[in-house]
Amino acid sequence: MDKLPDIINSIPYLLQGALLTIAVTVLSLLTGFVIGLPLALMRVYGGKFSAKFAATYSTVMRGLPSLVVLFILFYGMAAFISLPAFVAGCIALGFCSSAYQMELLRGAIQSVGAGQMMAARALGMSRLQAIMSIILPQALRLAIPSWSNEAAVVLKDSSLIYSVGLAELLRRSQQVAARTYQSFIVYSICALIYFLLTFVTNRGLDHAERVFRLPTPLEEH
Amino acid sequence: MSKAIVRVENLHKAYGSTEVLTGVSLEVAEGEVLVVIGPSGTGKSTMLRCINLLTFPDAGHIWVAGDEITAPGANVNHIRERVGMVFQDFNLFNHLTALKNVMIALLKVKKMPEEKARELAMFELERVGLEDKADLYPAQLSGGQKQRVAIARALALDPLVMLFDEPTSALDPELIGEVLDVMKDLARDGMTMIVVTHEMGFAREVSTRMIFMEKGVIAEEGPTQEMFYNPQHPRTQQFLGKITELYGHKKDEA
Amino acid sequence: MEGILEFWNMIWPELGKGLLTTLQISVVALSLGLLTGIPAALARVYGPAWLRWLATAYIELFRGTPLLVQLFVIYYGLPDIARLLESMGMSGQFLVLDRMVAAYIALGLNSGAYQAEYFRSAIQAINVGQIMAARALGMSQLQAIINIVLPQSVRLAIPAWSNEVAYMVKYTSVVFIISVPDLLARGQFIISKYYNPMEILITVGIIYLIVVLGIATGMGKLEEKLRIPGLEIEAKRV
Ligand SMILES: Nc1ncnc2c1ncn2[C@@H]1O[C@H](COP(=O)(O)OP(=O)(O)OP(=O)(O)O)[C@@H](O)[C@H]1O
Ligand SMILES: [Mg+2]
Repeated sequence: MDKLPDIINSIPYLLQGALLTIAVTVLSLLTGFVIGLPLALMRVYGGKFSAKFAATYSTVMRGLPSLVVLFILFYGMAAFISLPAFVAGCIALGFCSSAYQMELLRGAIQSVGAGQMMAARALGMSRLQAIMSIILPQALRLAIPSWSNEAAVVLKDSSLIYSVGLAELLRRSQQVAARTYQSFIVYSICALIYFLLTFVTNRGLDHAERVFRLPTPLEEH
Repeated sequence: MSKAIVRVENLHKAYGSTEVLTGVSLEVAEGEVLVVIGPSGTGKSTMLRCINLLTFPDAGHIWVAGDEITAPGANVNHIRERVGMVFQDFNLFNHLTALKNVMIALLKVKKMPEEKARELAMFELERVGLEDKADLYPAQLSGGQKQRVAIARALALDPLVMLFDEPTSALDPELIGEVLDVMKDLARDGMTMIVVTHEMGFAREVSTRMIFMEKGVIAEEGPTQEMFYNPQHPRTQQFLGKITELYGHKKDEA
Repeated sequence: MEGILEFWNMIWPELGKGLLTTLQISVVALSLGLLTGIPAALARVYGPAWLRWLATAYIELFRGTPLLVQLFVIYYGLPDIARLLESMGMSGQFLVLDRMVAAYIALGLNSGAYQAEYFRSAIQAINVGQIMAARALGMSQLQAIINIVLPQSVRLAIPAWSNEVAYMVKYTSVVFIISVPDLLARGQFIISKYYNPMEILITVGIIYLIVVLGIATGMGKLEEKLRIPGLEIEAKRV
């Protein structure tokens, strides 16, 4: 237990790693959203070909382990372009997340219902206008709960980037564990930080859901 | 009067601060058909649930066939075998066929051998006219058929008394008749029954006695004929008038 | 064409062994997860307060932290506790786990937490009337749970469960990080020998994809086979 002060002194170092973890998470989620949203629209509103393309993309990406996608980008691409671990990590997790975000956005768009589209078109809006000003404002609200779940998944998956050497939370924990020979305590602290981060993510997005929620008929109990 | 199958004495039940039953006493003799009526929320369902201890009363005593079921240490599961219950929303087991629904308690509670249980279940299904639906799942049956299976399921345990809690309230009007017919047959065969219902045609034709419950007590009780044609309590008159208006039947179609 | 065949013949013996390990870990972890998940779900729904609390703590802890960190705590962390026990004169060797066993336990407990939640929502989707009717027929609470609630909730949970199977197969790849020779590890091994990362990684990816899609198809068939009219509609709602 003489290592305890050393471990405690390492906590700021771990927290810096947590910041990197958060950065990876946010950027991966954004990447996933930017890819996933157009694909979701293609899947629902696209022609036969683009809908099929989106569906195939989703099936393939959801069938690949994130770690394999990461290695393809980091080691596989190395012959053509050498991506830093951070960039490879964000792109890899972003790609993997895009397929899941596409599915959850598709579900949300479909639950808005075809009637809304019809009504918007009847008012003379173009399809794009209807999507942008009628469908999406409703669908994005509906998607928040599943999106919150996806955010927690990406946060946890960001630990995989440990394996390509990025000094995020888990990698730093491993360094501290190796130095202090106190793996159990250090990894438990690491787990606790992840736990708090997922907890805050879920709570924060729950809150966002309440803030943005549209008025509903009286709640049933 | 022959011997009492069910005797209830001074039953009390409260949920939190809402007093639901405030001193209910009644007696049902063998072969009697007792119809219970009364406004919504007066504790009719609660009283029925107390009689097979699905709800445990706060105070009061209940005897079934002479045994006090509210006595400490009474075997609850054994009591429930002898008191059949039919619910408003059927509650058929969704993962079992009609036949298996009738068999399951025979197998698991009575520990009957498979073959014997099947035979008995088939017999009960025939009794409610559904032998040809034995292998269908609840989702494949109409509401009326579901309720008839539920009745067969309760009958299979050979109960001393059957409790019906608004057995036709969840049914489309054209399906009510088939369930009431099964219940009428039962009554004719001498089954002791306590029936919460607003089907006044059924009450008048089949029941021997009626109870009007209000606000957790029995406001009036008497032989069916008297309750129908000469109710004493003004609220009973009012209530009978209202349900007759809503559900049709009363003095006219004799 | 011949080149491809030659390449395949060179890598398949290695990758095949890895695939076997991957499948083996998946099967053990999923079974372990089922064995912990169902009791945890039942405890969380029907248990007394302390047991509910315990089940909730287990489920939330394992769902709230990365699998890789759980693997590290179990594989690298538990030997610390073993040392501590031994310094106090007790035996702790059982906590020093073989990497394969550590993988089984970490993935099994992780999957158990997720499976518990699938089963919990399936259990809660079952109408209370079902239990009431069972009790009215004289079944005990336990009989009602075993004969009525569980068979229905297992069927309701199948769609979520098929997803979990696919997830587990993919996530087994993290065991490569503690040097378990799974599919990905064997791929990396070939890469280190011949240095052709892109081809090998894509091949490995395709093998995972085929397995995951195969499982999805298989589970779809199973679902169809266990279909009960009326129950599938509720399943969609879970
Ligand atoms: N499990 C429970 N917890 C709390 N309150 C309950 C419970 N069951 C019934 N109550 C309350 O007890 C009162 C009586 O309910 P009960 O179902 O016995 O009435 P009822 O006469 O059968 O009415 P209805 O005709 O609507 O079926 C109601 O106010 C109801 O809200
Ligand atoms: Mg009622």
